[in-house]
Amino acid sequence: MTRKTREMVQGWGFLLPSVVVSGIFLGIATVFVIYLSFHNVNLITGNNVFIGLGNWERALADPMLHTAIRNTLTFSAVVVPAQTLLSLIVAAVLNSKINFKKTFRTVVFLPTLTSSSALTMIFMFLFNIRGPVNAVLLGAGVLEPGGNINFLQSTAWMLPLIMIMNIWSTFPMYMTFYLASLQELPKSLYEAAEIDGAGEVRKFLSITVPYLKPITTYVLLTGVIGTLQMFDQAFILTGGDGGPANAGLTITLLIYRMAFGPVNAMGYAAMIAIALMVFILTLSFIINRLNKEERLY
Amino acid sequence: MKIKPMRVLLYVVLVIVSLMTLYPFLWMIAASFMPMADIVGGNMQLISPNMSLDNYRFILNVNNHFPRWFLNSVIVSVVGTLTNVFLNTMAGYALSRIEFKGRNQLYYALLALIMVPSQVLLVPNFLLINSLGMLDSYAALIVPAMVNIGYIFLMRQFFVNFPSECEEAAYIDGLGRMACFFRICMPLARTAIATQAIFIFMGFWNEFTRPMLYLRTMSLFTLPLGLQTFQSRDAGEMWNQIMAAATLTVMPIVVMYFVFNRYFMMGVRMDGDK
Repeated sequence: MTRKTREMVQGWGFLLPSVVVSGIFLGIATVFVIYLSFHNVNLITGNNVFIGLGNWERALADPMLHTAIRNTLTFSAVVVPAQTLLSLIVAAVLNSKINFKKTFRTVVFLPTLTSSSALTMIFMFLFNIRGPVNAVLLGAGVLEPGGNINFLQSTAWMLPLIMIMNIWSTFPMYMTFYLASLQELPKSLYEAAEIDGAGEVRKFLSITVPYLKPITTYVLLTGVIGTLQMFDQAFILTGGDGGPANAGLTITLLIYRMAFGPVNAMGYAAMIAIALMVFILTLSFIINRLNKEERLY
Repeated sequence: MKIKPMRVLLYVVLVIVSLMTLYPFLWMIAASFMPMADIVGGNMQLISPNMSLDNYRFILNVNNHFPRWFLNSVIVSVVGTLTNVFLNTMAGYALSRIEFKGRNQLYYALLALIMVPSQVLLVPNFLLINSLGMLDSYAALIVPAMVNIGYIFLMRQFFVNFPSECEEAAYIDGLGRMACFFRICMPLARTAIATQAIFIFMGFWNEFTRPMLYLRTMSLFTLPLGLQTFQSRDAGEMWNQIMAAATLTVMPIVVMYFVFNRYFMMGVRMDGDK
C-alpha cells in the first residue's frame, strides 16, 4: 500500500463514525423534514400523501400558530436584550479591580449547570400560590392578605414567568463570553484614557463597549437562535399543552403538539419546523452580513 | 482611607446578582429538608427546627423510581461521554493531521450540518429512530448524540495549533498511525479532552427533550424526565418532595463543577488570570 492510499484509509476510517452519525441524524434528517413538510403523514399506515403546499395553506389559517409566533417573538424581544445587557454589566463589574472576583465568578455561573427540568421545578415551587414569592409580596404589603397570585395558572403571568426563568438561567453563559473577551482587552487603552482624565463610566462607554462589538453580535445571534427554539421550560411549566389560553405556547411547543399530540399532524409540524429553520438561517445571515459590512469602514 | 462610591456600587451590584443566583438554590435545598407545613403559609425561613431527611427517604424508598433513574442517567451520560471523547477527537485529528482526498469537502459538509437548528430535527429524528428500532432504549439517547460537530472542530483546532514533532519522532521509532494516536496524541490532548468531556457529560445529564420524546418505559427514564414525571403525575403540590428530587438531580453536576472547576473555566475561557 502506498503512503497515499494508507492515509486515505486512515483518514476516512478515523472520520467514519462521525460522518455516519451526522450524516443520518443531521443530513438525512434535514432532507427528511423537507420531504415531510410537503406530505400528509399517517404514522399508523405509513402512507404519506403528497399535498404540495397544503401544509403552508393550513399554516396561514391556523390561529394557534399565530399565537405561538406572537408568543415566541415577544419572548425573544424581551429575553435577548435583557440577557445581553445583564451579562455585559455583570462581566464588566467582574472585570474591574475588586476582591473575591473568583468567588463571585464561581457563584454566578451556577444556573448554567442546572437542567431545565430541575430549574423549572425550582421556579414552580418559588412561584406557586402558597410559595416564597407570594410570601415575600404579602410580607412587603404589595399584595393584600388572601390576594395571593396564582402565577402557575395565570394567563398574564405565564410568558413573563418563562422569561424570568430563561434570563436567570442563560445570562451567566453569555457573561462568560464577555468576560473572556474583556480579559483580552489591552490594559494600555484604559491607562491612556485615565491619563486623559476619563472616569469609570466614560471608560466603559468609550472603550469597553466599542471593543465588545463583535462578541455582542455573537451573543445576540446565539440569544436569538436559542430563544426562537425555546422548548423545555415552556413544556414543563405548562405541562406540555401551552398553558391556559395557550399563553405559554411557543413555536417548538406547537411543533411538538402537532407531531406527537392527538392531532397527529407530523407533516404540518415538519412544515412549521422548516419555516423556523429558514427564519433562523436568514436572520443569522443578515446579522453576520451587517457585522461584516461595518467592519470594512 | 478614602471610600470610592464607584467601588461600593460595584460590590452592591455583585452581591445582588449573587443573591439572585443563589437564593433559588438555597430555597430548593432548604425546602428539600422541610415538612410541607413549613414551606407554605408565608413563613419562608431557610432554617426550620423540623428539618429532617423524610423527603429523601420518601423519594428513595417509598416512591422508589429515583435510584433507577439516577442509574440510567449515569449509564447514558458515561457511555455517551466516552463515545464522544473518542470519536470527536479522532475526527478532529483526521481533519487536521491526515492528508487525504475529500478532507476539505468533509470539513465543509460538517460546517453546513452544524448550522441546522436542533429543534427543527425533532420530528424526522423521531421517525428515523423509530424505523431503526431504537425507540424506548438507551440507544435512542446515545447513538444520535454519539458525536458532536462543535467538539470535533474544537479538537481540530487543538491539533492544528499543536506541534507535530512528537508524532514524527514516534513514526521514526516505528509506531503506526493508530498506536501513535492512542498512545501519543490522546494523552497530549488530555486537557482539551477533559474540558470537552465535562461539557458533554453535563449535556447528557441535563437533557430533557430527547428522553421525553424517545422513552416510554418508566424504568428507562433519566433524572430530568423522571423529575418532571414525578411532579406532574405523583407529587402534585408536594413541593418539599419535588425539591428533594430536584436537589438529587442537580447535585452531581454541582459537585463536578467544584472538583473540576479548572476545566469548566477553560471550557468557557474564563481563566484569564494568565
